[in-house]
Formats: sequence, structure tokens, C-alpha cells
Amino acid sequence: MATTVTSTRPLTKKGFSGGSKGRGSNGNGGPKKNGHDRRFPDFQSSANRYRIGTWVGLASILMMFTALSSAYIVRAASSSDWKPLAMPRILLLSTGLILISSATLEHARRKLKAAATAAYKSWLLLTMLLGLGFVGSQLLAWRQLVSQGVYVASNPHSSFFYLLTAAHGVHLLGGLIALSYLAIRSRVRSDNATAVLRMQAGADAVTLYWHFMDFLWIYLFVLLFFVR
Amino acid sequence: MSVETHEAVHRHPAPTSFIRKYIFSLDHKVIGIQYIILALAAVLVGMTMSVLMRLNLSWPGTSWSILGTLFPTGAPGGIMNPDFYLSLVTMHGTIMVFFVLTTAPQGGFGNYFLPIQIGAEDMAFPVLNMMSFWVTLLGFLVILSAIFVEGNTTIANSALGLWLGGGSGATVGPIGGWTGYAPLSAVGAPAGPGQGAGMNLWIISIAIFCVGSLLGALNFITTLLNMRTRGMTLMRMPLTCWAWFTTAVLALLSFPVLLGAGILLLLDRTVGTSFFVPGGLVFGSSVLTSHTGGSPILWQHLFWFFGHPEVYIAILPGMGATSHILSTFARKPVFGYRAMVFAIFAIGLLGFFVWGHHMFISGMSPYSAMTFSILTLSIGVPSAVKTFNWLGTLWGAKIRFQTPMLFAIGFVSLFVAGGITGLVLGQSSLDLPMHDTYFVLAHFHLVMGVASIFGMFAAIYFWFPKMFGRFLNERLGQLHFWITLVGVYCIFVPMHTMGIVGMPRRYAQFTEYRFLDSLHPLVVFVSIAAIITVLTQLVFYFNLIWSVFKGKRAGANPWEATTLEWITDSPPPHDNFAGVLPVVYRGPYEFAVPGAPNDYLMQTEPDVEGAPVTGVPDNGHNGHKH
Repeated sequence: MATTVTSTRPLTKKGFSGGSKGRGSNGNGGPKKNGHDRRFPDFQSSANRYRIGTWVGLASILMMFTALSSAYIVRAASSSDWKPLAMPRILLLSTGLILISSATLEHARRKLKAAATAAYKSWLLLTMLLGLGFVGSQLLAWRQLVSQGVYVASNPHSSFFYLLTAAHGVHLLGGLIALSYLAIRSRVRSDNATAVLRMQAGADAVTLYWHFMDFLWIYLFVLLFFVR
Repeated sequence: MSVETHEAVHRHPAPTSFIRKYIFSLDHKVIGIQYIILALAAVLVGMTMSVLMRLNLSWPGTSWSILGTLFPTGAPGGIMNPDFYLSLVTMHGTIMVFFVLTTAPQGGFGNYFLPIQIGAEDMAFPVLNMMSFWVTLLGFLVILSAIFVEGNTTIANSALGLWLGGGSGATVGPIGGWTGYAPLSAVGAPAGPGQGAGMNLWIISIAIFCVGSLLGALNFITTLLNMRTRGMTLMRMPLTCWAWFTTAVLALLSFPVLLGAGILLLLDRTVGTSFFVPGGLVFGSSVLTSHTGGSPILWQHLFWFFGHPEVYIAILPGMGATSHILSTFARKPVFGYRAMVFAIFAIGLLGFFVWGHHMFISGMSPYSAMTFSILTLSIGVPSAVKTFNWLGTLWGAKIRFQTPMLFAIGFVSLFVAGGITGLVLGQSSLDLPMHDTYFVLAHFHLVMGVASIFGMFAAIYFWFPKMFGRFLNERLGQLHFWITLVGVYCIFVPMHTMGIVGMPRRYAQFTEYRFLDSLHPLVVFVSIAAIITVLTQLVFYFNLIWSVFKGKRAGANPWEATTLEWITDSPPPHDNFAGVLPVVYRGPYEFAVPGAPNDYLMQTEPDVEGAPVTGVPDNGHNGHKH
């Protein structure tokens, strides 16, 4: 450290501006950005916290699936009882549905940015339908496997298949709840600039989450049936 | 916009009803106090269990009638059986690590003071904040029930135990320790008494706790990134905020792994998958045929990938509070602020790459062991930076030896004393003979248990005046400090010796191990020291309750500190700053400022351009100007 143990600088003409030196050792880093008296957090920043919060939440979801994936890889390599399932064909439908739903939601979000509220609502509803279709398609895949006598405990690959699809499904249901929340909020007509900003931030956050669920499914699909 | 009143903007108005104000409150300050109360309750349970264990170790075979009444099958006739001892080990560890060391420093003090110290009116997501507390409380209730469900016919919820598939063992709780190693944790009732319903509840409780912690971590990170007040640049944040932030990042990235592992474990137990259970396990005279091919080591990897960051989750807030308090009571800036920030980050980052040092005897390749060993020892570097800077902060200062300062210095002492043995255990070759002995026990209790607790003690003595507007009693505080400090050294220093002699952990008693007979006086000494230390904590509890009502009144800034929590009332109003958010002009530790009217400058004190310069000293050496 550049300064002495006590590390206070002698007083300069600027008065006791302890924080003026950029690389000091006593917590005065950074250039000064002193502004005017700030009475409130501005709305842009309070809307931003939904986006930040979503990114942070996605990091933790990513960590959980990373842990499960590493368990998958280790388990596949550690024993001879690993018998990969044949891919249920209906999963291709699931994949198609969730890919399209990402596109429709992105479209809805852009409609909201362009203040086309009616279009926003309809694209939102379409996304929800596609999301429900995805969940239904996943459940059908489970039904098919069950009818073939493949259960959770049948072999390690089936255990991971049920576990990963269920974990993804639960997170996707969270996304569907968030979409319904957006749909309900979109009915409230408001010309208030704050409310509009908030609605956009909410739509941004949910869209981000939904894209992540889309990406996550593609990843799991590849991991489960193409990596083995 | 500039004339609007603050109440119109604050996201939730001040509550009026008792329930919304004190129970289901959205206010981060109330939630912080709720977390602290939860930790105070949990630590009582955990301490009681440790005393019971000490009683059994030093006076084996004695009948304690109250035990026989409470746990008729665990301690028939009041004499503890070994299974019951093991379930005490498990419950003590789990409750202390999760519900004390993780809740109080972060959920408690972090919740209360992070928003105030960065000049925010509340957390970013108050509803999530409230949920995180109630979810955590639910987890605590579930873990408590784990010790009562099995083999207990006198307590009403034994029916719950049967319903959960526990059967009726001869003990009362899970016996696998807080690490819950597979396969014994994964096969259910065949693994022994207590591993049925009790173990299920243990896993469920941990999973619930993970969810609560994740909600909290999400909130902390978003709040800190998004809600700092004007002028509060990252490098002007108090070190406490850096510590809470890093802790939240660690929690965010490590708890999901534990949650995933817990789900796998629960599936192994309930639906018969084989993630962790290998085939052909023999229990008694029967072979377990329902599982094949799982990997018990996989559980260890997943668990310790969480488990090692967890110890930093426990200690980092204590480091932050210690830096903060040392500076305030030494009346000097923190020595090497930037180095402190980077050291916190380095410790957090390295903490993710050293989990293997818990598994040196798991049969890992010596090359991996060496890698983990080198990474582990490299944590010594940022730790030494921190210690050096703490000493640098104290160097040449006129120290105010009040209780918070005593505990902060105690933290440094314990951190060094406990950390130094980490250099022994971090080397794979030295760890082999020490593994699973009292040496390990002494190491982690000193460095992560007691040191973190001292950080919390320092924090509570320091911030109590802000939280309740009254001081904790100083005389009782000093008494509490000295007996506790001497007590914990008397407890844990002899344990190093026991470990070197070869005394193994988690044994209910050593009556059959003749080579340890000579250690028995030491065992009794440790137990007496433990009982005295635990009783001293009752003084602390009394002090807390008494001072809330009768303590000496404190003003807004009783310690002459500089950070934002001290510019507002004690206790702070609902929105922290009574409607006007502060503006920050300087760093957090401006003590001993030459030429300033006091020997310190608040963070909100603006620069005075061209102010008359009087009495310029020679760079303020003793840090005390008036």
C-alpha cells in the first residue's frame, strides 16, 4: 500500500477531502461522483432490479443443473448398469414447441416496447398456450415411458431422465405463473410512465427467464439423448 | 418529483397492525431481528446438545433422569446410548452450521445493516425477504422434529415418524453427522436406527433451508448492485457490505448444488434409485439387492462442493464486522482497504476449488490430492493479508477497549489460532493421520465456529445501540468476553493434543480404548471448561433481554463511527432515513482526519472547497486528534 499505517493525507487546499485520491488505501477509491441531494430512487433503477434479480436467480438455477449434470456424467462413467433410453419421439414436439414459444414471447416483449398493448396481450397468451403444450408433451413422454415399463428407478439413465425433466418442468411452471402474472397485469390500463416502465421491466425479466428455460431444455435434451 | 414526500415512493408503507409490523413484516430491520432471534434459539439448542455430549464423554454411564424422560429410547433410564450420542452429533452440527452460523451473520446482521449502510430504504425484494425468513424458520422446525420422530412413544409426533416410514428404531434422530455421507444416509432404515424418518426429515429440512438461503442471497446481491445511494461507489462501501455481498455470491452458487444433491439423496431413499448406493452392500446378515452401481464418492463431491464455500459463508461476515469495528475503535482507517476487498474476493473464489481437501482419504488420486492441497494452502495468502491488515489497523492506535472491540480482537486471535492448523490439515500427507480425529474438530470449531460467533458477538455489542436505542451493559459484556475467550481456548486447545494422540471423532465414549486412558483428565477438563463457557452465555442472554428495556440510552452515533447507519436515529425509522436518502462523499473509514473538527468524518460530510486550513498535523500518527 502506498500510504503509511495511519494513511491519512495531510490537508490540502481542497479541504479535508479524504476521498479524492483514486488509489488510496483507506476506502476512498473511485472518482468522486457527488451529485445533488437525492430524495428518491429513480424508477428506471427500481425497474432494473427485476432484470438484475432475474440474472442472479438464473445463476443459481444454472448451478443446480450444473451439479445434476456432473452427477449425470460421473454416474454414467462409474458403472456398467447404465442403459440409455431410446428417445421418446414426442420430445421432438416438446422441443419445437418451446423454441417457438421463445420466439413468440420475444415478439410480445417487442410489441410492449412499441406500446402495442393489444398485440402484446395476444402474443403473451399464445406463448402461454405453447408453454402449456410443452408441459403436456413432456407429460405424454412420461406416459409413453411408463407404458413401456420404464420407471424412475428402472436404471440410472431413466432416473436422470425423470429427474431432469421434472426439475426443468417445475422451473418452467414457475415461468408459466410469471407469464400469467404479466397477462393479468397487462389488463390494467395505465398511462402512468412509472407503471409502463415497470411493466416493461417485468416483461424483460420474464422473457429472459423463459429464454433460459428454452436454452436449458435444449441443453438437457442434448445431454440426455446425444451425449449419453 | 423533487417535492414528493418519501412515503409516496417507498414501496411499502409503514405497517400499523401488530402482525404486519412484528410478525409478517416486510421491513428488513424486523426481518433481521427475526433472523437473530431464530439464531439465538437455535444456538441454545445446539449448545445444550454439546453439553450433553461432553457429559457422556467425560462421565460415561452416569444417569441423567431428565434425558430418560425426554428420550426414553435414546437414553433408557437416563443413560445415553451410543446411537443417541451420534444423533446429538448430527443435530448439533446441522443446527449450528445452518441455523446459527449461516442465519445470524448474513440473514440477521446483513439484513438489518446492508441496506442502511449503502443508503437504501429497504431490500430490493421485501416480499422475498420475508419469505426467506419464514422458509428458514420452517426448516428449523423440521430439523427439530427429526430428533423426536423415531422410536419415541411418548411424544405425540411419533405417529408422524411411523407415517414417514421411519419404523421404530432404538434412537431418536439421524446418526450420520452433518455431512450425511452416503451410502448410510441413502439406504434408509437398514443403515441403523435413526436413519429412517429422522434422516428423511433431515434432508427435507436442508432442502428447505437451501431455498430460504437462495431467496436471501438473490435479494442481497440485487440490493447491493441496484440500490446504493448517490455517491456510494463500490469502493466506498464499508467492508461489512463487501463481506455480505461475497457471502451472498457464495450462497447463491453453492446452495443449489446442495439442493441438487439432497434431491438425489431423497430419491435414492424414497423411490429406490441408485445415484449414491452401490450394489451388494451388506447390512448385518442381509445383502441389499435393491440398488446397483451408485457412487458414494459422488455424494462427497457434491456435498463438499457446497460444504467448503459454506464455511466461508459462516466466517466472511465476521471478517467484515471485525474490520469495521477494529477501525472504529482504533480510530484509524482500515489498513489497506483495497487489499481487504480483494482478499475477501480471493477467499470466496478459492473457496470453490478446494472441496477435495475434505476427501483426502476417499481414495482420490494423489495428483488430485496435491492439486487440492496447493489450492487449499494458497487460501493462506489472502487470509494472511487480512490478518496483516487487521494488525496494521491496530498498530500504534489509541484503542478504545470496549466490548465490541474486545470481541473483534478476539475474532482475530481465534481466526489465527484456528487457521494455523488449517496449514496442517490442508496437506494431504499430514491430513491422513489427523483425519477424523479431535484435531480436525478443534481446527474447524476454532476457525469457523467460535471465530464466527465472536464476529457475531462483536457485531451485536456494536450494533445493539442502533437496533434498540440502548447499550448492552458494558460490565456484563466484558465479563462475557473474558470468560468466553479463556473458555473456548480451554475447550479447543487440548483437543488438538487429543487428536495428535489419536482420539477419533464421533465416538460416544472411550472406555474401551485403553490407549486413550491417559487423556481422560483432559477430557474432563474440556467438559468443565465447556460447561462454564456455556453457562456464561446465559449472562449474555440476560444482558440482551435486560438491555432492550433497561440499558443505558444511546444517541444516533454513540461510537463516533462514520458509516451511514450512524446518521439516522437509533433505532432507525421505517424507511431508514426519514424520507431523505443520504448522499455519500467519501470512504467509510475516515478516522484521524487532520484538520477535521472531530477525529472522524461521516461518509455524508461534503468536501469544503477552500476551507481554511488550520493545525495541519504531521500526517496524524497516533490517530487521535482531540
